[in-house]
Amino acid sequence: MNRQTIAPDYRTAAGLCPQGEAPEIATRNACKVCSPLGAAMVFKGIRGCLPFLHGSQGCATYIRRYLISHFREPVDIASSSFTEDDAIFGGAKNFTAGLLNVQQQYQPELIGVATTCLSETIGENMLGMIQAYKKEQQPGDAPLIHVSTPAYNGTHSDGFATAVQEVIRALVPASAETRANRVNILPAMMSCADLRHLREMAAAFDLEATLLPDYSDTLEGTGWDQYHRMSPGGTSVEEISQMGEAAGTLELGHLRAEKRTSASGDLQERSGVPRHALGWPMGIRLTDEFVTSLATCANKVMPDSLRRARGRVVDAYVDGHKYLSGRTAAVYGEPDLVVALAAFLSEVGIRPILCATGAKVRDWQKLVTSQVEGNTEDIQALQGVDHARVSQCCRDHKPDLLVGSSKGYPLARELEIPLLRLGFPIHDRFGAQRQLTVGYEGTLSLFDQLVNIFLDEKQETSLTGNSYQ
Amino acid sequence: MSEETHPSPSAHVPPTGAEAREKLLENYPKKTLRKRSKQMLVNETPETPAQIGANSRTVPGIITQRGCSYAGCKGVVIGPIYDILHITHGPIGCGYYSWLSRRNKTRIREDNETNYLQYSMSTDMQENHIVFGGEKQLAQAIEEAYEEFKPKAISVYATCPVGLIGDDIHSVCAEAKKKLGINVFGFSCEGYKGVSQSAGHHIANNGVFKNMIGLDDTEQDYPYTINVLGEYNIGGDAWEIDRVLNLCGIKVIGTLSGGVSYDEICNCHQANLNVVMCHRSINYMAEMMETKFGIPWFKVNFIGLEGTKKSLRKIAQYFGDKTLIDRVEEVIAAEMAEVRPVLEDVKPRTSGKKAALFVGGSRAHHYQDLFTDMDMEVFAAGYEFAHRDDYEGRDVLPNIKVDADTRNIEDLTIEQDETRFNLRQTVDRKKSLEDSGFEFSDYEGMMRQMKKDTLVIDDISHHELEKLIEMYKPDIIGSGVKDKYVIEKMGIPCKQLHSYDYGGPYAGFKGAINFYEEIDRMTSSKVWQLNRAPWDEEPVAKEEPAAVSA
Repeated sequence: MNRQTIAPDYRTAAGLCPQGEAPEIATRNACKVCSPLGAAMVFKGIRGCLPFLHGSQGCATYIRRYLISHFREPVDIASSSFTEDDAIFGGAKNFTAGLLNVQQQYQPELIGVATTCLSETIGENMLGMIQAYKKEQQPGDAPLIHVSTPAYNGTHSDGFATAVQEVIRALVPASAETRANRVNILPAMMSCADLRHLREMAAAFDLEATLLPDYSDTLEGTGWDQYHRMSPGGTSVEEISQMGEAAGTLELGHLRAEKRTSASGDLQERSGVPRHALGWPMGIRLTDEFVTSLATCANKVMPDSLRRARGRVVDAYVDGHKYLSGRTAAVYGEPDLVVALAAFLSEVGIRPILCATGAKVRDWQKLVTSQVEGNTEDIQALQGVDHARVSQCCRDHKPDLLVGSSKGYPLARELEIPLLRLGFPIHDRFGAQRQLTVGYEGTLSLFDQLVNIFLDEKQETSLTGNSYQ
Repeated sequence: MSEETHPSPSAHVPPTGAEAREKLLENYPKKTLRKRSKQMLVNETPETPAQIGANSRTVPGIITQRGCSYAGCKGVVIGPIYDILHITHGPIGCGYYSWLSRRNKTRIREDNETNYLQYSMSTDMQENHIVFGGEKQLAQAIEEAYEEFKPKAISVYATCPVGLIGDDIHSVCAEAKKKLGINVFGFSCEGYKGVSQSAGHHIANNGVFKNMIGLDDTEQDYPYTINVLGEYNIGGDAWEIDRVLNLCGIKVIGTLSGGVSYDEICNCHQANLNVVMCHRSINYMAEMMETKFGIPWFKVNFIGLEGTKKSLRKIAQYFGDKTLIDRVEEVIAAEMAEVRPVLEDVKPRTSGKKAALFVGGSRAHHYQDLFTDMDMEVFAAGYEFAHRDDYEGRDVLPNIKVDADTRNIEDLTIEQDETRFNLRQTVDRKKSLEDSGFEFSDYEGMMRQMKKDTLVIDDISHHELEKLIEMYKPDIIGSGVKDKYVIEKMGIPCKQLHSYDYGGPYAGFKGAINFYEEIDRMTSSKVWQLNRAPWDEEPVAKEEPAAVSA
């Protein structure tokens, strides 16, 4: 590639990195973000919900900044703004005052409270404080949800899943009813375009989907023709409360499928809503599983539109698989995303030789390899690792492609390989919020991108300068 | 679509300052109202600014722009130093969010150096560390980092849990310093300290002074040496300032702390003069260096043409050499010849347009100069984390009540250095200049520079900002990324003044050119006109379609 190799920004001192060891004790260039961020995203997917972080205002500000530069949308998150006194004596006063201010200024439909390292370390009595706040509330004031999300436990993916589970636990009463045309979909940490398309696929079966969360409008909005106190969009509290009446719950993400307790499990237990624990529907095989579940819930045959969409993907695979066959990729990011990528990439002939996540996941190797087609001896699955470790592995194994967030760019540049940006955060490219990965349409889009990456590379490095491939 | 958010500018009559203030304070609960009323003023007497409530506790739940002490310490002041390792002691969030998220640019000096800013190092504390302590983890992390990089120094930052669980980062650093033989120091900048980033600035200044200043006594053999304090090289500002100073023959020993190296900080007490850009974040350093070494300081402003010219001339006056004074005039003339045509080109389009700025602890003031250059009108401004002296001027310092939150931030007691105080007769120079009216340790504050009836709003909340926009329909707002998208949804361009919207530099002369062109482009943009679709004017039919399934 005719680019300046290793820009000064990423230059390493001679003889040390990259030949140096990745740190054993410390984390260097983490491959994970902290859990309240995941909870905040879920709250942004509920209509009229204002996220509220109980702790230092730094958390709210930093998390807002990161979400905003990925989605390029306003993200309001309130904070109880602990002072040093509060850290010592407890933050009850600020908690109540903060909630009252939020109520007064925003009149939200729901307030989603998440804790932070600070409030958890000092052992705040959240339930007691919430009870005290409820006494001060006026009739008609917004209800509260509370999620425990200290950053010293888990990652943003965990915060996301925990928040979904807690919302359902708090807002969905046990129900014996079933409404045949309704389905619940619990997406993983997907893009706004993904959320819209999940809904479209359900609609193809005449199913009305309740998505939790649905931040497809709040985090990818239009210009405003009138002043909105809170970003429009999101699934309403009322709709959430009816989730016990659905014909099925599709919970997406292999890690959530594996867990002992889950949101969809709770719905099944309390209201008899059949649980469909599925992977992230990326690639033909995983999308087939997804649409089969939809068909089961709807009790309908596969609609023609999806049949044809699938056919177009297969046709594209036939046309393009020769460009991808035998290529290798290193994948990193949220665990649900990485597992799905392992499945999809192996499906199209790219070997996912490194599958890394910053989260700590039990039996990670087994989970990843269970989704990979063919021989899996060449697959290295790393969990609880940082980018330093990922970089070290990639320097040893030299993949043809990197797939993951923007944080992998320095490595891509150093190794002179392309980076397909997926996951969180993507802050050095435009359009992260509408990157489509799910369904046959998403699969096709990703497939086109992958093939073109390799065609581009072939063209750029061609000695004979082919303008016709 | 309603006329509410996209009217033609001439159709709209803005409110008076008082009217606007009343509307902004509507809907607050009583206790919040009492506090907020003090923090929001109409600038009725610019020459003698009224007292404003500033640097007080953030009202909980108000959706503030403010961050925390860790951000001010690691993110702002120490973070930009590229050749020391920065280790965050805490759970992963803080270290991650401050990883290359600020545009304090830097470049390595030698080929064999490494830019450590590319690394985010954290002890990534887990639950067992919270319960059983993380000191051992920190000690190992420091040693491991040293083994790999062999840096000149290592800096450690505490996050919220650290102070609460009793991890003593300072003793861990002291041990490491002894064991490894390099400079290792820590900052107790837990996020809950103080009320904003400002606490972190103060903590950082103390740490820099204690651990780095004065370590290297190598003499700097140049006629005119200064330090530029409180300049963080966002988008390359410091490099533009350096360029102009170099043309004048003025040598900058250390810029604190944009693009600076550790060695430069250790040596910067060899300068003859400190000039201060961001008063809020670095005034502590300026004062301490004067007390210890006798190096005087005065405020400068390299944002905007008048400020840049004035600052250059004042520096030349300080040294008093005719060669320098003449040289400065030559440089100014040459630079102005480049700037003038750009300004004349944009002014017809920008003249009379309205702007407001809500950002930081310094930019909300100094950027008004650039808008003034373009004949634009600033109708409201406010800081995020500044103190009363940044609004009203340093003369109110003796009157500022020290509240509990401020009292907890250490003020170092500095003594005159035994051997190095007044080494270059800088104290004498200051005295003789002061006798002839030259001002040192000065800062007039923002309010004196703003017009009558403008609004001054401390730590504006999201809600207040939206209301302000509704009332004034400005042509542009200068703010940060957390407000940018909501402002632009309301049809108004927003220029990020923390990150420069990934543009810049905006300092000095070339920077001013960049700014004028940017603002001209932003305020002339037709993109918001696309909001109105043709069928909004002339509907094609009356009935809505039923959804058609494929």
